[in-house]
Amino acid sequence: MNSSATTIDNFTPPPKRTIDRVRQGLAKRKAAEKRFKAYGLIAIILGLSFLAILFTSIISKGYSAFQITYVKLEVFLDPAELDPSNTGDPEVLSGANYGGLVKSTLRSMFPDVTSRSDKRALYGLVSTGADYQLRRMVMNDPSLIGTTVTLWAPADDDIDTFMKGHIDRDASESDRRLKDNQITWVDQLVAEQLIEKRFNTTFFTAGDSRDPELAGIWGAAVGSFFTLLVTLALSFPIAVAAAVYLEEFAPRNRYTDIIEVNINNLAAVPSIVFGLLGLAVFINFFGLPRSAPLVGGLVLSLMTLPTIIIASRAALKSVPPSIREAALGVGASPMQTMLYHVLPLAMPGILTGTIIGMAQALGETAPLLMIGMVAFIVDIPTGVFDPSTVLPVQIYLWADSPERAFVEKTSAAIMVLLAFLITMNALAVILRKRFERRW
Amino acid sequence: MQASTLIIILLALSSLAYYVGRKRAFKVAEGKIRNLHSLPAYYGLYTAIWCGIPALVILAIWSAFEGTIIINLVVADLPPEVRELGPDRLNLVINDIKNLVSGNIVSGDINPAMQAAADHYASLKSTSHALLALVVLAVAIGAGVLTLGHIKKHHRARNAVESTIKVLLIICSSIAILTTLGIVLSVLFESIRFFQSVPMNEFLFGLEWSPQTAIRSDQVGSSGAFGAVPLFAGTMLISFIALLIAVPIGLMAAIYLSEYAGPKVRASAKPLLEILAGIPTVVYGFFAALIVAPFIRDTGSLLGLDVASESALAAGLVMGIMIIPFVSSLSDDVINAVPQSLRDGAYGLGATQSETIKKVIFPAALPGIVGGILLAASRAIGETMIVVMAAGLAANLTANPLEAVTTVTVQIVTLLTGDQEFDSPKTLAAFALGLMLFVVTLILNVIALHVVRKYREQYD
Repeated sequence: MNSSATTIDNFTPPPKRTIDRVRQGLAKRKAAEKRFKAYGLIAIILGLSFLAILFTSIISKGYSAFQITYVKLEVFLDPAELDPSNTGDPEVLSGANYGGLVKSTLRSMFPDVTSRSDKRALYGLVSTGADYQLRRMVMNDPSLIGTTVTLWAPADDDIDTFMKGHIDRDASESDRRLKDNQITWVDQLVAEQLIEKRFNTTFFTAGDSRDPELAGIWGAAVGSFFTLLVTLALSFPIAVAAAVYLEEFAPRNRYTDIIEVNINNLAAVPSIVFGLLGLAVFINFFGLPRSAPLVGGLVLSLMTLPTIIIASRAALKSVPPSIREAALGVGASPMQTMLYHVLPLAMPGILTGTIIGMAQALGETAPLLMIGMVAFIVDIPTGVFDPSTVLPVQIYLWADSPERAFVEKTSAAIMVLLAFLITMNALAVILRKRFERRW
Repeated sequence: MQASTLIIILLALSSLAYYVGRKRAFKVAEGKIRNLHSLPAYYGLYTAIWCGIPALVILAIWSAFEGTIIINLVVADLPPEVRELGPDRLNLVINDIKNLVSGNIVSGDINPAMQAAADHYASLKSTSHALLALVVLAVAIGAGVLTLGHIKKHHRARNAVESTIKVLLIICSSIAILTTLGIVLSVLFESIRFFQSVPMNEFLFGLEWSPQTAIRSDQVGSSGAFGAVPLFAGTMLISFIALLIAVPIGLMAAIYLSEYAGPKVRASAKPLLEILAGIPTVVYGFFAALIVAPFIRDTGSLLGLDVASESALAAGLVMGIMIIPFVSSLSDDVINAVPQSLRDGAYGLGATQSETIKKVIFPAALPGIVGGILLAASRAIGETMIVVMAAGLAANLTANPLEAVTTVTVQIVTLLTGDQEFDSPKTLAAFALGLMLFVVTLILNVIALHVVRKYREQYD
C-alpha cells in the first residue's frame, strides 16, 4: 500500500474503518467500565462496613453492662452494732456502721482468712454500695434489726469484670486486677451459688458514681431531658416564627438577604464556637449558673435554630400557592391565611425538621463542655437550674475513666443514646411518610 | 415577689383581659358580630396584648438593671476607706455582702460596716421587688382598662393584632443575626484582650505552643508560649487525612448510587450511609480512642513502626468515616442535578457509562462537588469530640500521621474546661483560637455556599 501511495500522488490510504478502531479499544474500555463500577461498589461496601464495625464493636463491648454480678450475703443485723441503746432513732440508725456488718458477714463466710492484707482483699469482693443497700433496708423497716436478712449485694467492679470473662485468670498475678486468693474465693462462691449475674437496674436508675458498679445513666438522662426541654421551648417557636416571616412576609431587601446568608452560615459554624458564645455571653455576661440545663438549652437552641428554620422554610415553600390564593380570595388577611391555612399544612414538615434538630441537640457534646456541664454530678437534677450533665457528656466522662468496667458502661450508654436517636429519627420518618402530601 | 410569680400573674391577667375584651366587643356590637370591624377574638387579643406586653417589657428592663443600681447605691453608702479600694478588692467586698445577705459563708470576718451594708442591700432589694410588683401590676391593669375603653365598633383590632404579630416575627428572625453578632463580639472582645498581652504575629507565626502562665515570675517555663502554628498544622494534618478517606469513598459512593445502583439498592444503601451522619461525634470519639487507635498501634508494631497511641491517623481515619455521608449526599445532589440531556448526548456518541461519568457528568458537577468538599473540610476543621478523645495534647509540629498532634479545638476544650480566671492569657487564648476557627470556617462556608448556589442556578 505504501508503494502505491508513492506512485499515485493524490491517493490517501483508506482509513481504518471507525468500527474497527472502536472494536480494537472495546475490550479495554469495557474493562475500564467494570473497574469503575467496582470502585463505586467498593466505596459503598466500605462505607457500610465502617457502619457495621462501629455498631458491632460498640454492642459487643457494651451488651455485658446490662448485667451485673451480685453476691449473696446473709447479714445478721446485730442490734449491738446498729442501735446499742435501742432508741429506734432514725438518726442513730442512719449513722450506724453498716460497712462493719458487711465485713463481718464476709469474714464469717470465709473464716480461714486471717491476715490483714487478705482481709482487705476479701472486703474488696463487695461494692461499697452494699452498705447503702443495707442502710436503706433497715431505715425502711427497723423491725428487721436482730434478724438475719438475705442481701444480694453488688459485687466490686473487678469481680464483675472477672465474672464476665474480661480478666484473664491465667495471667500472672501482678498483671491483673484480681489477686489469686480473690479468684479462689470467687470460685468458691460460684460453686456455692452465692454469686450470680442479674439484670443491671442500677445502670438505669442511678446517677454517676466513681464506682463503676454503682454508676448509672439516669442522672444524665434527666439532665438531657431538661436540656432538650429548654431547647425545644425556645427553638421551636422562634424558628417557626423566623421561617414564617422569611418565607411569607419578608420583602426582598438587603436586610432579609443578610438574615438568609446568616442562617445558612450559622448552620455550618462549628458547634464549639456556640459553646464559646454561651460561656462569654450567658455565663460571664448574664451571670447564669454554670453546668445548668438552662444554659445548655440556650446554647443548643441557638445551634439548632438554623436547622429548624431551614426545614420549616422548605415545608412552607412546598405548600402550593393555590391554597394561599384561595384563602386570600375569600377575604382572609395575609396573617389569617398564614395562621389558619399555610402553617397547618406545613406543620408535618416543620415537626419533622424539629425532631431532626432535637436529635442533633441530643447528641451534641462540645458546646456543653464549654459551659461546664462536664462536672462530676451524682445527684439527679430536679430542675433547669440544678447542675447536671447530659448523656453524651456522660459518655465522654466515662470514656476517660481508667477502670476497665467503665468501658462496658460507656458502650452501654452509647447504645442507650443511639436507641434514643434512632427512635427520634424513626419518628421523623414516620411523620413524614404519614402526613406528607404531594400537591 | 419573685419574677416568676410575677410573670405567672401577668399571664393570668392577660388571659382575663382576653375574655373581658371579647365580651366587651360583643357588647359594643349589640350582639351582632357583623357590626364589628374585626372578629371579637381580635378585640380580646388586642386587650390581652396591651395588658401583657408593656408590663413584661418593664419587668425585663427592671430585672436587667436592678442589680447594678442596688450595688451602686450600697457602694455609695460604704465607708470611704472601703470605697477607695481597687476595683478587685471592692468586688470581693460586694461578694461578701451578697453572701452575708443570702446566708452563705463569708470570706473575711464581719465588721459592723459590712453588716450595715448587707442590711441596706437587703432592704433595697426588698423595696425594689415590692416596687417592681406594684409598677408592673399597675401598668398591666391600667393599660388593660384603657384598652377596653378603646374598643368601638369600627376599631381596627385585627390590624393592630396582626402588626404586633408581625413585629414579633421580625424579632424572631433577627435572632439569627443577633447570634452571629454575639459570636463575633464575644470572641473578638476576648481575643483583643488576648492580643494585648501576646502580640498577634507571635500567635499567628510562633512555632511553640505551651500555654501556661506562671504564678511566680521566677518559675521554670514562666513565660507561656502562644505560637499557634503547631495547632494549625495539626488541624490541617488530621483534616487532610479525613478528607483523603472521605472524598474518594464519598464521591464514588455517590456516583455509584446515582448512576449505577438500581432503585432497590439506592433505597436501602443511601439511608444506611446517612446513619453515619446522625451518629453523635462523642460516639466516634470513643470508637477512635478505644478501638481504632489501639488497632492502628498494634498493626504498626507488627510492621515494626512506632505508632503513638494518640496518632493523628486514628483521629483522621474516624473523622473521615464521619464525613463520608456529607461528601456523598452533597455530591449525589449535584450529580442528580446534571440534566439527563448531557448523559443522553454522551451515550449517543457511543461513550460507555463510565466515560460519560468521567468526561461529561463529573466536569459538569465539579463546582458543586468542590463546594461539598469545602463544606466537609470546614466540618473536619471544626470537629471537636473525635480529636478531644483520640488526638493528643502535646503540640508537635510534624507531618507524620503516626505521631500525636493536637488541634485548635482540642486546645480550646482543654483551656476552657475546669476552673478558669478570665484575665489570664491562658483562658483568653482559647477565644483567640475560637476566633481563628470561626473566621476560617466562615470563609470556607461562604465560598462553598456561593459555589454551590451559583452552580445550581446554572441548570435550574
